[in-house]
Amino acid sequence: MVASRMPWLRPAPDDFRACCDAADGMGGARGAALRQLAEHELNERQLVRLARSLRAARAAAAEAPLAHFALGVVSNATTDFIVPAFEGTGVRHGFSMAVTTAPFGVTLQAALASDSSVVRANPDAILLALDYRAFFCEFNFDDKDAEAAVSGAIAYLRQLIHAFRSTTRAAILVQTVAAPPERLFGSFDRRQSGTPSWLAARFNDRLANDVVGPGVTVFDVEALAMQVGLASWYDVNQYLTARLPFAAEHVPLYSEHLLRLITAIRGRSRKVLALDLDNTLWGGVIGDDGIDGIRLGQGDPRGEAFLDFQRAARALKQRGVLLVICSKNDESVALKAIREHPEMVLRENDFSAFQINWADKATNLEILAKRLSLGLDAFVFLDDNPAERSQVRQALPQVLVPELPTDAAAYARVLMTAGLFEAVTFSDEDRGRAEQYAANDHRESLRAQSRDLGSFLRSLRMRAIFTTSGDVGWPRFAQLINKSNQFNLTTRRYTESELQFLVVDPSTLTLQMRLIDQFGDNGMICAVIAVPQAHDWVLDSWVMSCRVIGRLVEQAVLNRIVAEARRRGIRRLIGIYRPTERNGMVKDHYAKLGFTRADASAPGEERWELDVSSFAAFEVPIATQRDLMAA
Amino acid sequence: MTADQVMTKLTAIFRDVFDDDRIALTPEMTARDVDGWDSVANIRLMVTIEDEFRIKFEIGDFQDFRNVGDLAAGVGRLVS
Repeated sequence: MVASRMPWLRPAPDDFRACCDAADGMGGARGAALRQLAEHELNERQLVRLARSLRAARAAAAEAPLAHFALGVVSNATTDFIVPAFEGTGVRHGFSMAVTTAPFGVTLQAALASDSSVVRANPDAILLALDYRAFFCEFNFDDKDAEAAVSGAIAYLRQLIHAFRSTTRAAILVQTVAAPPERLFGSFDRRQSGTPSWLAARFNDRLANDVVGPGVTVFDVEALAMQVGLASWYDVNQYLTARLPFAAEHVPLYSEHLLRLITAIRGRSRKVLALDLDNTLWGGVIGDDGIDGIRLGQGDPRGEAFLDFQRAARALKQRGVLLVICSKNDESVALKAIREHPEMVLRENDFSAFQINWADKATNLEILAKRLSLGLDAFVFLDDNPAERSQVRQALPQVLVPELPTDAAAYARVLMTAGLFEAVTFSDEDRGRAEQYAANDHRESLRAQSRDLGSFLRSLRMRAIFTTSGDVGWPRFAQLINKSNQFNLTTRRYTESELQFLVVDPSTLTLQMRLIDQFGDNGMICAVIAVPQAHDWVLDSWVMSCRVIGRLVEQAVLNRIVAEARRRGIRRLIGIYRPTERNGMVKDHYAKLGFTRADASAPGEERWELDVSSFAAFEVPIATQRDLMAA
Repeated sequence: MTADQVMTKLTAIFRDVFDDDRIALTPEMTARDVDGWDSVANIRLMVTIEDEFRIKFEIGDFQDFRNVGDLAAGVGRLVS
């Protein structure tokens, strides 16, 4: 047995191929069954087998609920061996992925020709899988020449990106390069211009700073190569024999990292880390061992391992991941340890919510999701107890439940290498997220004290800031559009890059709303996309954060849409409602806002109309930024 | 490892790589006799054999095998 490279995944069942055969034979949608199979650690052969099942499901239109994703790949090496693994790994991340590759060695032509296979596939994203060998093949130790070699490589990459940006709407993924393990001078390579490690370092630096931008995301392959070791990453025999750009054994991990990135650019990243307490946050059982008996803190290697783990969780909190507790314990006993144990890194106010009781964990996770107004698909659940993990996996397949090794020393690394919360941006929103959720609790208690809804809403002193330009908040806009399931009228998904095309189109409306109240900034909480159809605007997407439901935000947003419509000579708004299993809460959305039901134009849709000229604006207790500035 | 043991293990690997449990290896078999034995499968086969037997072929050796018999003998030399 090769040591596990992805210890956060369960080992594959011995009869994996038979399991795939069984899934192939299922009637009806089998995406969920395939996804469960994919959530094991699979080798390249198993990923290929799973990809075959996926294609069969797709051919039978039975891949639901996997989401379609088209990926284009251009590379300077052979990709035939790598690509099937992408599709299998995609299933693990909820995608029904179709990959188109440019033929070996025709990188630039693939980008420039509008009839190339990659362009014609209309990809959602394009991976530029170019490695060290694509850019650097000779040595030149003159400072100027070495710098020119890097500039030439960057210019070539830019040209490629520019070409794809003008022929497709795809998000572009560019790879950092890993220097080969061979050294020229030795340690001096670090200092000398033009050595492989110098070239790679310089190139990666320029890539991250000058090339990456909106719609162009870095895929840090160098970090991955370093993680597994350069000597293992580059297999000379496999390169010479089959032009494999890196060793075949790393194909599953490479695919996994690629898919994390795709998950993040699709705005489907998870947001909440739900933690068990006993033997997860500290060693031992607080109810039995007591506050002095649990293992936590300096001077005891086991206690330090738990300290490390708590520090890792705290770092995640600082970057915007919400921490919650889900533990079977007496609440008072557990809270006392959290408040009073001298070595605790995580304290009560680091947690956005907790459920500490003797009920089953799936039920508690559901309660936590409701309290935070987040879907269960935003949750990761970490627990040292395999039985608890198994119960949650069975009851709540939407929750991501990583394996946790028995050795506490490995907890922190598993948490931080499993890519559970992959992100491609870090916004002010993320920095302040935990505070936002804490403020929400204050709002709830004010609501409880208020005599009626109207006075409660007025007492919030809400202010809205609307934005229609593309300058700000794009990652959040993409996140809202792609992540919202409940308050989402059509559940249409877009990449950041597609959204950018919409925003620069002067005939469409891309509206975002930020909501501030006396307890703080709620952030960007609503997004609307309206596309023209003759003299009408079709409301293609309307999503809102569930945190601000019941605060007349919808009415304020409609006021604003109508104002924009009048300004641009639009006569009618067409609201579309596409029912899903998740969005029942908005079935009366358009009726409530005064739209009239019309004949549907497409199956599975409701169509609602509103005449712009006769619309009377709603009275809402929300000031807009412009009003504030005028006042 | 005896020649029989090598053949048994190779058979399991072939069935896994070609996703076909009916494959029965004979020394005379070549790529023409197995469905899907293309260049990509050939690499997959090489990598899997190296992995499962914990061996490394020298450059070019794998490509020089003319049939399954050659392959089994080559593996046998490396595992013994």
